[in-house]
Amino acid sequence: MIELDGLTKHFGRKVAVDRLSFTVRPGMVTGFLGPNGAGKSTTMRMMLDLDNPTSGTVRIDGRHYRQLDEPLRTIGALLDAKAMHGGRSAYNNLLCLAQANRIPERRVSEVLDIVGLSAVAKKKSKGFSLGMGQRLGIASALLGDPEILMFDEPVNGLDPEGIHWIRTLMKALAQEGRTIFVSSHLMSEMALTADHLIVIGQGRLLADTSMADFIHRNSRSYVRLRTPQREQFLDALSGAGLAAAEAQDGVLEVDGSTTEALGELAAEHRIVLHELSAQRASLEEAFMQMTAGSVEYHAHSADAAPAPPPTGPAAPQWAPRNEGA
Amino acid sequence: MASVPAVLQSEWTKIRTVSSTIWTLISAFAVTLAMSAALSALMNATFDDLSEAERLTFDPTFVSFSGLILGQLAMVVFGVLVVGTEYSSGMIRTSLAAVPQRATFLFSKITVAGALALLVGMVTSFLTFFVSQALLGEHRTTLGEENVLRAVFGGGLYMGLIALFSMGVAAMLRSSMLSLGILMPFFFLVSQILSAVPGAKEVARYFPDQAGAKIMQVVPNALDSDEAPYGPWGGLGIMVLWVAASLIGGYLVLKKRDA
Repeated sequence: MIELDGLTKHFGRKVAVDRLSFTVRPGMVTGFLGPNGAGKSTTMRMMLDLDNPTSGTVRIDGRHYRQLDEPLRTIGALLDAKAMHGGRSAYNNLLCLAQANRIPERRVSEVLDIVGLSAVAKKKSKGFSLGMGQRLGIASALLGDPEILMFDEPVNGLDPEGIHWIRTLMKALAQEGRTIFVSSHLMSEMALTADHLIVIGQGRLLADTSMADFIHRNSRSYVRLRTPQREQFLDALSGAGLAAAEAQDGVLEVDGSTTEALGELAAEHRIVLHELSAQRASLEEAFMQMTAGSVEYHAHSADAAPAPPPTGPAAPQWAPRNEGA
Repeated sequence: MASVPAVLQSEWTKIRTVSSTIWTLISAFAVTLAMSAALSALMNATFDDLSEAERLTFDPTFVSFSGLILGQLAMVVFGVLVVGTEYSSGMIRTSLAAVPQRATFLFSKITVAGALALLVGMVTSFLTFFVSQALLGEHRTTLGEENVLRAVFGGGLYMGLIALFSMGVAAMLRSSMLSLGILMPFFFLVSQILSAVPGAKEVARYFPDQAGAKIMQVVPNALDSDEAPYGPWGGLGIMVLWVAASLIGGYLVLKKRDA
């Protein structure tokens, strides 16, 4: 269990992390989501006592990181794939860490096996690809067989097979009752792995909610249609107790119905349809709308702002922070 | 608290598993020995060309360490790399995640690396002395002469202390390139030049290398040089103060700054 209480970090006058308070619980994968520059990595560095918070505290199982006897046995972290000495072999890089925390040497071979690097164990790590470096970083996190694991953007640089592997690994670790905290800037990635979601933007907490709840609230499904007989169709809709939202270019969006029902409704009233399709607002859009006000690095080319999410009667919404958390 | 013996063992593994350790230490040994031997042989051959004052204050012990000016630079590189590569490789984050107690981490590293530098320094110093004396011919001295053993032992201490000083500087600057960029020209040029300039000499003799090197002199005004206002152990003491200041500075930077 990791508890953050009012965690704040200033870099000069810039506020990187702003009064973050949340709890990461065992037995599940908690996703830590935010656009680039939202303060995810800074927060994770403060969790490991690498950066000093300006104010606030982080507790790992109730204790400050520096009070942990042999931290790697309690919490393992992948922060930066390149955080190893390139002139040292993968095996020796891990051995240094194992010895510092009195982890038996055989565990080094075990974790190299788990991440699939046994064949290159004696190779200097500077020759490693980004994906191999990422696997070595994951091996160092697993070294102490810790109850808490933190991964900062673990899928970066991994090939599809590697991405699948890390997803499966994280889920399996969570099922063993461990606390898994994983950051990403991709909502789609989180939707596949995380059970719980913490969203930040510009260092502030935007959401602290279960993944299921987030999906339920944000994945609005609707039917999109176009017709030259607009007024007639709107009348027919209200006759059926439905309402439509008008989008751009004469497109209508109808919530709470299906393509079948609407097609039949149109046929019944002899209305011509030019388009009839089922739509689902993506979680990515919901995430972008949530963080739109707090994106650090906007693209400034013309019209390059994030595509506006579909407007409609049931605009995407997200859970406010769980106050009981 | 992290277990200190475990951290010492880990730091020893770090040092012995990178190739820079072996080549910097071999360079320190080989360059010091080769250059000292060459200069001793040269001195022996040209002894009669020396002025009378220089002949009267001839210090065969000090002459046998003349290659140290170059050899110490390899010790500087060793000291800088031991600490600096933690930063340049990004390993520092992984290291501090494993050993979050900054003092335990830094001083374990410095203990292991310092002990190794001292050991290599001692071997270098004694071997250099014996080889050089053999080449000095009739102008030679022996370990049995007064103060000679102190000077040779001091030569080993000097090399160990130069490495420690460099570790402290690298911990303060958190960069191998920056540390080498400052230390190499300083020890090889600035300190040597200033110590030859009248006026600046009074300041330069308190530099760590100038003060520390006095321990290797048996004749206080060797080769007709000015006598320093401190003795051999006083000089070494000044160097130790520099080393302590650099290590404390390095520790404070590690403690205060974000990794």
